[in-house]
This record gives sequence, structure tokens and C-alpha cells, in this order.
Amino acid sequence: MSAHEHDHEHSELGEMDLRVRALETVLAEKGYIDPAALDVLIDTYQTRIGPRNGARVVARAWVDAGFREWLLRDATAAIASLGYGGRQGEHMRAVENTPALHNLVVCTLCSCYPWPVLGLPPTWYKSAPYRSRAVKDPRGVLSDFGVTLPASTEIRVWDSTAELRYLVLPQRPAGSEGLDEAALAALVTRDSMIGTGLALSPP
Amino acid sequence: MSYVSRADLGGQPGHGRVTPEPEGELFHAAWEPRVLALSLAMGATRSWNIDMSRAARETLPNYGELSYYEVWIAGLQKLLQECGLLSPEEIAPGHALHPPRPVAHVLAAADVAGALAKGAPTERPATRPARFAVGQAVRAHAGPVPHHTRLPGYVRGKRGVVERVNGVHVFADAHALGLGEDPHWLYTVVFDGVELWSDTAPGLKVSIDAWEPYLEAV
Repeated sequence: MSAHEHDHEHSELGEMDLRVRALETVLAEKGYIDPAALDVLIDTYQTRIGPRNGARVVARAWVDAGFREWLLRDATAAIASLGYGGRQGEHMRAVENTPALHNLVVCTLCSCYPWPVLGLPPTWYKSAPYRSRAVKDPRGVLSDFGVTLPASTEIRVWDSTAELRYLVLPQRPAGSEGLDEAALAALVTRDSMIGTGLALSPP
Repeated sequence: MSYVSRADLGGQPGHGRVTPEPEGELFHAAWEPRVLALSLAMGATRSWNIDMSRAARETLPNYGELSYYEVWIAGLQKLLQECGLLSPEEIAPGHALHPPRPVAHVLAAADVAGALAKGAPTERPATRPARFAVGQAVRAHAGPVPHHTRLPGYVRGKRGVVERVNGVHVFADAHALGLGEDPHWLYTVVFDGVELWSDTAPGLKVSIDAWEPYLEAV
């Protein structure tokens, strides 16, 4: 392709688009990557692996005391029994919120996050404001999310510094007694499984 | 040689409020998912390990000015050059000028699901007993570390308690240096908020996961 055609084709693209496209092109030319594999990777995390997986885990724990006990004792195995596991969830731990204790998960050093149950982390989870403040001022962080906890509630922050990945088991909301598992899962937000939110109240 | 991580943000002041986002919002530009996928696919060539990529990212001189996926592409370009897989003059034009170097593996589209499902477990068999027990008081090592580490600055020199023994895991520090897996016992160590921060309210506990070499008995 001539330089002119090259410029024309890319006239609508920004600097980062061009930089990423250039890198992808040369890596494919070298034979280091299969571009079709990139499409499958992206599709996987956009459509298949996301926080609805974790919501299903939580809903099961709410309705099944035996599963809840298993989840808290051996989260990796309990989560695998529902079909979730693998990359960035090889070693899972579930931590349970109670009226006396609220759990909050962070990775102050980078962006460690339990991909098989929550998908890719949201931008704020990877951002300097969250990573810097979660371990020092978690109540301030919670207020950014509109969450206020009773002053008597102890807060436990889990900094994901190694290869353990944490899933918060939020409290089951009041008024949800008659709901089935699917309806319960709809109350489980992504943020409630990180600890920056609470499960929704039933409609 | 001094090693400076610019990613060790725990407790750092001045970053402002957190901006929440709706659940489905994963990317903010079309190039971001391509960077994610490129990084995963190049990781699958086994030319480096995950700790080496964390080290490459956290030492970027302009880390604090870059967005998340800008950090990722800069880290990827750095590793590609360090490993001799790309030369600097190939990166900007995006065309190969030299023959490829052999890589251990190329991730095919058909193998993506299997590779993600398999992941990369880090637990290894124990070859010696754990030095610390649940309930034991420990102190995190103080002072600077001259290489990649997963011991955050805000706990260094602080006293905590072993809450859980998590088995033996690949040691990030050695792994990042290319010294092999060097597995060590991994502990969840919990610190009282008032031990970490002089100006925090009571009722806060913070834990990290710490490999045995990070800790000493008190």
C-alpha cells in the first residue's frame, strides 16, 4: 500500500488506533499471533464471561446452605461445580458479608480481579483513586458509590497481592424470601461482589 | 540498580474520588479490547510470565500519566523489545523488517476457550513445613525492594497476624526476575487499620497475601 493510501485509510482513526493496529499487524506478520484468536478472546470477555456468572454463584449460596458452606471453605471447587474457573480465577476465595462485617476487594498494585466470575474489571477498579483509597478510607470510597454502612460495621479490605482472587458474598436482601434462584441472581450486582455495593432490594 | 515501581498506590493521597460505572461498560475505545487480546495472545507465546509483564508495566516512567490500556500496550512493546521479538524500528511502521524469532507456542482461535479454562495455577507441592502458623504475629519486611515485588509499601515494617495459610505458590519476586518459580508458602496476613494509618477510624482491617520471605516473626 502506498503512503497516500495508508494515510487515507487511517484518516478517521486516532493515534492509539493506529498504534495498536500497527502492533497487531507486525505481530501477525511475524507469526506470533493468530488474529482470529484475538477476536475469540474479545468475544469471550464481552459476551460469555462476566458478572452474571458470579451472580449465579451468589444466588446458589443464598438458597443452598450446603453450597454456601462449600463456597466459604473451598471456593475454587464450589465455583467450578457451576462451570466457572480458569484464567485469573485459579485460586478463589469467597468472603461473606454479615451485619457486623463488610468486605471490600482491591488490588493496590495492579488490577487483580476474579475474571471467571466477574469478567474484566471496571475502569474504576483499575484506577488510582480506588487503588489508593480503598485500603485507607474504605468508607469514603463506599460513599462515592452511594453506600453508607452503620458506624458499628467492621470493614475488612482484601488487597489481592498474590494469585488468590476474592469474591464477596453479599448479604441476601430483606424481602427476597420467596424468590427463586434466577430472580435472586438478578439482585446481585457486580459491585456487590466487589464490596463497593450491596445487593438490590426485590422490586 | 534502583528499581522503582510506580504502581504501588495503596494509601497514596491526592487521587480524588472514584467514578462508578455501569456493569456492561468494559472499554472506552475500540482499540482497548485489541490491546487486551494482543497482551493475552502474546502471553500465550510463553516468551515471558505474568510477573515479568507486571514488572514491565509498573516500571514505565510515565505510568501515572497513562490510561490502563495505554499502560498495557507500552508494557507489551517493552517486553517484545526486551525479548528480541520486535525491534524498535519495526514497531512504529508496523511491518516486519527482520525474520521472526521462534516462540514456544502460538494461540490458535480454536484453542482459546481451552487455554482460558485451564488458566495458570500457581500452587505447588510443599517441600518443607510452613514457618508461620495461623494466629502468629508477624512483621512485614521494611525498606525498599530492588526488584518487582508484591509486598505493598503501606504494610512494610508493619505488624500483622497470620490469618490463613494458603499453600505454596510460585514466588512473584523470583519469577519476575527470570529465576524460576522458587515456590514459597503464602499467607493471608491481616493488619489493623490503626497499625497502618495514624489517622484512620477504628473498625478497619486490611489484609494482603504475603509469601514467606516477606515476613519475619515478632
